[in-house]
Amino acid sequence: MARMKFLCDAERCIECNGCVTACKNENEVPWGVNRRRVVTINDGVIGAEKSISVACMHCSDAPCMAVCPVDCFYRTADGVVLHDKDLCIGCGYCFYACPFGAPQFPQAGAFGLRGKMDKCTFCAGGPEADGSDAEFKKYGRNRLSEGKLPACAEMCSTKALLGGDGDVVADIYRERVARRGNKGAEAWGWGSAYGQPPKGAGAAPGTAPAAPAPAGQKS
Amino acid sequence: MRRLAFAAGALLLALTLSACMEVEQTVSEKQIGQTVKRDTAAWTNEPSANGPKWNKGDRGSWEEQIKKRQLAQHEDRRIYQ
Repeated sequence: MARMKFLCDAERCIECNGCVTACKNENEVPWGVNRRRVVTINDGVIGAEKSISVACMHCSDAPCMAVCPVDCFYRTADGVVLHDKDLCIGCGYCFYACPFGAPQFPQAGAFGLRGKMDKCTFCAGGPEADGSDAEFKKYGRNRLSEGKLPACAEMCSTKALLGGDGDVVADIYRERVARRGNKGAEAWGWGSAYGQPPKGAGAAPGTAPAAPAPAGQKS
Repeated sequence: MRRLAFAAGALLLALTLSACMEVEQTVSEKQIGQTVKRDTAAWTNEPSANGPKWNKGDRGSWEEQIKKRQLAQHEDRRIYQ
């Protein structure tokens, strides 16, 4: 059973913003709303600068779902966290609850009046009929119903951003980390979104599933 | 006279308090994610003519084809193996 997740490899992200552009273009996201963005830390510090592409992580235990006063969120059978804009009242509670700053609010009028919440849908549309105009206008394109992965992940030139079933993307990442000698084993945001390792396991929060030792090196 | 006033006061107090009925309140936990139930699963759609193929309504075949697509992100395997 597929559980859709994102994983961004900070060792590979080159801050090209291709994912941001792909998302904007694919879903025709309005001006002022960024479902996905690239965050850079230690900007300009040689050897310490890292970039990561951030959007809704479709958390296993999503805090936005827990705090929504009108319960407009739901989870699809393949683990994607979506919401119903017909129910959303634009209160902004989800924005405060989200550890990734994923919920976005378009300006709906003068004096900072907020519209209904908008966020990454994992290119899975919304509760409207799949592939309909209404779905596209409210939520963007439904690529999953076309048998495709999110545009941001498929567009990523360095394949830093991985999207898909959690087991598959974790395996890809694990093999990749092992090949490069365990460099960058921290899958940023993975622990926050998909659960912390059990206490006493020895892994730091946010650490991806343990990578096997490289060939010729004892674990 | 005082007795009458006392009795009237007691009667008034009883009548006033009788209006203070307390409606029973129960706590029901929010069933998160249960309000919206209209969405359809991706594999229930007809595959497009030029896109990826799966058997309509068959979750297994949809997952199989999307897994192949996910593995296309693994260029290490494509290049080294």
